Amino acid sequence: MVAIIKYNAGNITSVQNALQRLGAESIVTDDPRAILNADRVIFPGVGEASNAMRYLRSKNMDITIKKIKKPFLGICLGLQLMCKHSEEGNTACLGIFDAKVKRFSPDLKVPHMGWNNLSESKGKILKGINTEDNLYYVHSYYAELCQSTIGICDYIVPFSAAIQKENYYGTQFHPEKSAKVGIKILQNFLKL
Amino acid sequence: MLKKRIIPCLDIDKGRTVKGVNFRALKDMGDPTELAKYYVTQGADELVFLDISATLENRTTLLNLAKKIAEQIDIPFTVGGGISSLHQVEDLLSAGADKISINSAAIKNPNLINEIAKSFGSQFVVVAVDTKCIQDKATVFSQGGRSLTDLDTSSWCQEIAQRGAGEILLTSIDADGTRKGFDINTIQKISSLVNIPVIASGGAGNKEHFSTLFHFTESTGALAASIFHDQQLSIPLLKQFLNNQNIPIRCQ
Repeated sequence: MVAIIKYNAGNITSVQNALQRLGAESIVTDDPRAILNADRVIFPGVGEASNAMRYLRSKNMDITIKKIKKPFLGICLGLQLMCKHSEEGNTACLGIFDAKVKRFSPDLKVPHMGWNNLSESKGKILKGINTEDNLYYVHSYYAELCQSTIGICDYIVPFSAAIQKENYYGTQFHPEKSAKVGIKILQNFLKL
Repeated sequence: MLKKRIIPCLDIDKGRTVKGVNFRALKDMGDPTELAKYYVTQGADELVFLDISATLENRTTLLNLAKKIAEQIDIPFTVGGGISSLHQVEDLLSAGADKISINSAAIKNPNLINEIAKSFGSQFVVVAVDTKCIQDKATVFSQGGRSLTDLDTSSWCQEIAQRGAGEILLTSIDADGTRKGFDINTIQKISSLVNIPVIASGGAGNKEHFSTLFHFTESTGALAASIFHDQQLSIPLLKQFLNNQNIPIRCQ
């Protein structure tokens, strides 16, 4: 059973649909017990960091998330909220990854929207993904490179496209929206 | 490197796909879900569904279609047509839409752009702009291209970006349905003016039109309908061609 964390950020339905297409059972929940009992947890999200963190704290979800021992995947805003701090709304985040989230400088179009490849990748979740494969991104803020970075994407600057620390994984791209390549990554996650 | 996006647009009327020629003469093009799945296998980078009857007939929801599409495809899609309230936007987001596109409602109430961006994030708001040259000046039209407004296209697009939209979908009414190529002048002007992605629409008639667009403008994607729907140009061939022209493109 995969628990998808319910909070005030979008894209939850897309993740649910993707899991359903892969034949994985999922529930969308904000109940700490259900989340801690699940085999895997997905923390999706499209939205604004300070509102999302405020909501998570109001539900004590920040504490629940840090207790999880099972494979945990944050997507897009989910990854950013797992970092230390976000420039978006000057928000203190969960601090799982030792990285700051910054806004792209306006040297190119912002948001970074569309398909982009990884210049470097490693780790179980990115197994079978090569540098020519493209993944779908849509974001105006990015997590800087850090010790936990396992996938690098280049747009204006090189940034953390994928991060991992112990059982916590994060992807800035949307595997649920990245056609076959994304499916492979979700399958890798389901096999962890 | 970020790839240029190829985006088939499915115009929807009464739940069916239609194509528009200068926004008027309509021809049935089939079932939107089937067509959408076909385009995903062909390598479309994104899909846009526009309910062209919604604004005109005051139909206010694309919910059922959005749900059906979201269940079946695994690339991003935008829905638009008759969206005018935050409530509708929220419903579409929960239905699984990745972005919503607003047009006439944003002209009538520009603050809607700020409200959607604030509530759901900029990336969720696409503002569609229909433009036409009136006395050598690019001017905005509303109501599916029927009503002339007093908005200058450049200043309207700048305002859209300032208000927090994530993307502009720029349709040239002059070029739309002609198959004589994109409106390069207008698209270049707008795409170099604003710092958000601009998707070009209207006039695609052959593969060279797409390479011209990407060589001479800063648009980050190209949207087309009839040229794909009637299979005059296949997406894999188009992408191969663009790739050979050194345009960054996602090939499967």
